[in-house]
Amino acid sequence: MTKNTPSLTHLQLIEAESIHMIREVAAQFEKPVIMFSGGKDSITMLHLCRKAFWPAPVPFPLLHIDTGHNFPETLAFRDNLVEEFGLKLIVGSVQASIDKGTAVEETGKDASRIRLQTVSLLEALEAHGFDCALGGARRDEEKARAKERFFSHRDEFGQWHPRHQRPELWRMYNGRRNVGEHFRAFPLSNWTEMDIWQYIYKEEIAIPSLYFAHDRECVVRNGIILSNSEHLPPVADETPQVMQVRFRTIGDMTCTGAVASDADTLEKIIDEVATTRTTERGARADDRRSETSLEDRKREGYF
Amino acid sequence: MYHEPTSLLRFTTAGSVDDGKSTLIGRLLYDSKSIFEDQINAVEAASTKRGKEQIDLSLLTDGLKAEREQGITIDVAYRYFATPNRKFIIADTPGHAEYTRNMVTGSSTADVALVLCDVRHGMVEQSKRHLYIASLLGIEHIIICVNKMDLVGFDQAQYDAVVQEFSEYAAKLPNQSSGLQYVPISALEGDNVVHASDHTPWYDGQTLMQLLENLEVTHHQGHQQLRFPVQGTVRVDTAQHPDYRAYTGQIAGGTLRVGDAVEILPAGRTSTVTSIETMTGTLETAVAPQSVSVRLADDIDLPRGEMIVRQGDTPTVGQELKLRLCWLSETPLNPGRKYVLQHTSNATRCVIKDIEVVLDINTLEADPEKKTFATNDLGRIVVKTMKPIVYDPYEKNRVTGSVILIDEATHVTVAGGMIV
Repeated sequence: MTKNTPSLTHLQLIEAESIHMIREVAAQFEKPVIMFSGGKDSITMLHLCRKAFWPAPVPFPLLHIDTGHNFPETLAFRDNLVEEFGLKLIVGSVQASIDKGTAVEETGKDASRIRLQTVSLLEALEAHGFDCALGGARRDEEKARAKERFFSHRDEFGQWHPRHQRPELWRMYNGRRNVGEHFRAFPLSNWTEMDIWQYIYKEEIAIPSLYFAHDRECVVRNGIILSNSEHLPPVADETPQVMQVRFRTIGDMTCTGAVASDADTLEKIIDEVATTRTTERGARADDRRSETSLEDRKREGYF
Repeated sequence: MYHEPTSLLRFTTAGSVDDGKSTLIGRLLYDSKSIFEDQINAVEAASTKRGKEQIDLSLLTDGLKAEREQGITIDVAYRYFATPNRKFIIADTPGHAEYTRNMVTGSSTADVALVLCDVRHGMVEQSKRHLYIASLLGIEHIIICVNKMDLVGFDQAQYDAVVQEFSEYAAKLPNQSSGLQYVPISALEGDNVVHASDHTPWYDGQTLMQLLENLEVTHHQGHQQLRFPVQGTVRVDTAQHPDYRAYTGQIAGGTLRVGDAVEILPAGRTSTVTSIETMTGTLETAVAPQSVSVRLADDIDLPRGEMIVRQGDTPTVGQELKLRLCWLSETPLNPGRKYVLQHTSNATRCVIKDIEVVLDINTLEADPEKKTFATNDLGRIVVKTMKPIVYDPYEKNRVTGSVILIDEATHVTVAGGMIV
């Protein structure tokens, strides 16, 4: 190794890997789509897509699966982004799936629409004929994600078969498929939560205000701080209180837990992430249902 | 710390539960404080549920439900941790013979391989296999973790005997540039994993973590010859970017500079690099493995799969390739069939011209009984491609020297190959 060649940083290396992969998606598929949740990971992925094709516009539309229980801040942020970068947005509605009877609402105090999103997602992919859905999932998030491929094959029912995944060697991705099958592609596979924050800081990427510490009316349920809203079924003896919080992940209002925090700048968030002692998804009520919640949902075709 | 430049190291580990591999990874994560409280709580709960008295660190790397039910690891699992200087990506692979394909997959992107052995058993077939594959896949550094030292009272003589055994075998490895290093450890007790051990005063080398933090890796490959496989073209015609055309790709070797006199292969045309662009600014130089857009002085129709190289530094262009092969599919190689050969961003059909040798996966010697490749077989073949391929030998460049074979009927990736 010649000592005087400049070394690339870990962020430059994973960025290069992701952009290469995104360009492979564009080359190997006819109709890819970006699964966009409005969270920091899908925002980062969109930024990488912009970099991959600049100065041409991003050649993929965004697909947002709206549970009807989104934070209003997420929706406003999404709409601004679509306008600013001239993107095409498709919204798949869980309420619409419920209305036509393909999804059935859960009941009870912990009712959530998380599993129902899978129904609406698969319906939207099929209706539009998308053959590849780009997702912002990271392998460090959860054990079921740790074995995911960059290019992940789905059968005609949208199902994932962890035992029969295609081997992925070097930097070659195989997106060949039969009619009716599709792929999920995960360009952020090798990124960690810290990488995402450092990159957002370095690239000055705009993110929703929910990530920064703010005052919010919350209830504490099963040790999880939830934002009080009309979507949260009330429980007797619970008194909402105003707390200073921020969100580490953004999902449904009914199951995304906040953390008590005074981190109101990116620098403070990075400091907080560096010293925090719980995982990012630890505050997700949807993952706490059983030891294998996410694995089960993934097999069914979840994000 | 907000954008502290840190380096990246990718390493692979192979081995079975018996070698203490899961415990070692659990120990690396735990002692480097990369484990979160809720993960520890979950593992404590799972340890209790399975009737264990102490926290079982191996459960930290526990995988899918299907695997727990059968007590085995099926697939490559990727794990992440970081120290202040370096980010680490672990490709954790099961080590049994039937999982050779996973070892090959994990090794294909690794800079370092950890080979675990039980000091009481020394070098077994599985450690040989892992060593062989790590070397075959061109991994620069191989660290032999001599584990379970606590079970032999940290006896130096037994450690030395194991080191001797491995050193003798090293002469047989397919790639002699792989460097071997040794560490006496106890993954269970934590000796020499992150913290130096008091039990091994006779060992004055680095702990495993120190080795991982300090090893020099050349993954940016900026010292190599320029190789730029074209992934696609960006064309725009706007007021801001009139008649704009650029070629996109990830540099596969060497340094790209504005002003470079380049050649495009296999077409054979020449031009000059006028600009290297990214959304966040233009660059004077870019090195492997950066993803960039390149503009040339001449308006050339340059399809995906062509390669931009520096004039005078050209790779081989040919249609007959000799490959070291690892067969990954459950369906054996059928010499009468055509396969798709994928090489960088290029794909072409190929036929198998000759099966030169298939190895016995246990002895790693030629097996004259084997006439074709079945799952997990290693060996050498010759293929003829329909279109010309622009390549380097694998030992010179892991990107332009590697291919995968795809079954045309099922679309499944059936083999990985390294160009000799």
